[in-house]
Amino acid sequence: MPDRAALIEPHIPALRRYAWALCRDGHEADDLVQDCLERALSAWHLRRVEGSVRAWLFAILHNGFLSGRRREGRRGPHGPLEEADEPGQDATQEDRLVMHNVVTALGTLPDDQRAVLLLVGVEDLSYAEAAHVLGVPVGTVMSRLSRGRERLRRAVEGERPTLRRVK
Amino acid sequence: MSDPDRPVGEDELQAWVDGRLPPGRMQEVEAWLDRNPAEAARAAQYRAQRDELRARFAPRHGQPVPPRLRVAALQARRREAFRRRLTSIAAGLVLLLAGGAGGWLARGMAPDASAMLAADAVDAHKLFVTEVRHPVEVPASQEAHLVQWLSNRLGRKLRVPDLAPLGFRLMGGRLLPGDGAPAAQFMYEDGKGARLTLYMRAEPGDAGTGFELVERGGVTGFRWVEGGFGYAVLADFGRERLLPVAEAVHRQLTPVE
Repeated sequence: MPDRAALIEPHIPALRRYAWALCRDGHEADDLVQDCLERALSAWHLRRVEGSVRAWLFAILHNGFLSGRRREGRRGPHGPLEEADEPGQDATQEDRLVMHNVVTALGTLPDDQRAVLLLVGVEDLSYAEAAHVLGVPVGTVMSRLSRGRERLRRAVEGERPTLRRVK
Repeated sequence: MSDPDRPVGEDELQAWVDGRLPPGRMQEVEAWLDRNPAEAARAAQYRAQRDELRARFAPRHGQPVPPRLRVAALQARRREAFRRRLTSIAAGLVLLLAGGAGGWLARGMAPDASAMLAADAVDAHKLFVTEVRHPVEVPASQEAHLVQWLSNRLGRKLRVPDLAPLGFRLMGGRLLPGDGAPAAQFMYEDGKGARLTLYMRAEPGDAGTGFELVERGGVTGFRWVEGGFGYAVLADFGRERLLPVAEAVHRQLTPVE
């Protein structure tokens, strides 16, 4: 059996990306990833052998993010997500101007829709894997995806009605 | 296969955005999009935003993983944390056991007791090593008597180390007051009149120490505790010459009972 380090390590860049997209703060994101990895190492024997390691790791990370949010919630209201988009990120100034639209719009989405857009759209998880990560049926993933994408589209459209960026 | 006229569902539109439609259905959905430009524009926007998000978050994925997120480092920290936990448990157990046996206090005092032994040994050394006429109480010519007598008084069968191979002959020994218990001192001399003393007394409650250097008032030597007895080997010459002597003494004094 391959050792757990060899199975976990390939997913770390993607976990960092997902955490960063959720938190919009580099340090906080890496704290989240570190918690996730520590949990994964100590709970390694509890994972379902037939399930994908990737989905399992994303589920741990996502749950860590949610419980962090709940703790914050108890501490009181916090600023909107886009305010966390501070320097110290990796994008250049020019990048950040472009990023502003779609990423800022993403920040206005409810957490569960944002998570689906990221897991499916950015992390390339299958719908079933995303459902496993979020602990919801696949149908729920699909409807969140649909509502989230529409909301994102309207948010960006509202900002720049004539500008479309199609690659 | 599938029916080209089957209505396209919203979930299929999303699957088209994600490129997750089965190949056959993909063509049908794309044909439907061709016939429905408004829906096609919406789907294209979804796909463009999806691509943009991927591009925006890609840099993070491409960065090197910081050291604290390396699995090897995390595992090492876990092992270290585990080791520390074990150590603290072990330390707790030792305290518990030692405390239960009443030995904790004695252990805590051991360094002082051992230092006191060294001080007493040095005092005795300085006092008697300069004696010309009465350096010893019982001379080596009565070695059997000397050993029997001191063994009786110290309550343990003593051995007198043979240091002749190192050039020191036994001159004899004496009984001394120790720290609440009798102590014994043996004196040796080489061919040129250089003397050394071996001091010993009971050191109850001390499990044992390694060799410790004694340097005090021009006297140099080594002390150690083993098997409930404390020992000091002292001389006025350098420790380089004394160390092999102390090692020979230590070897020969390994408790016989």
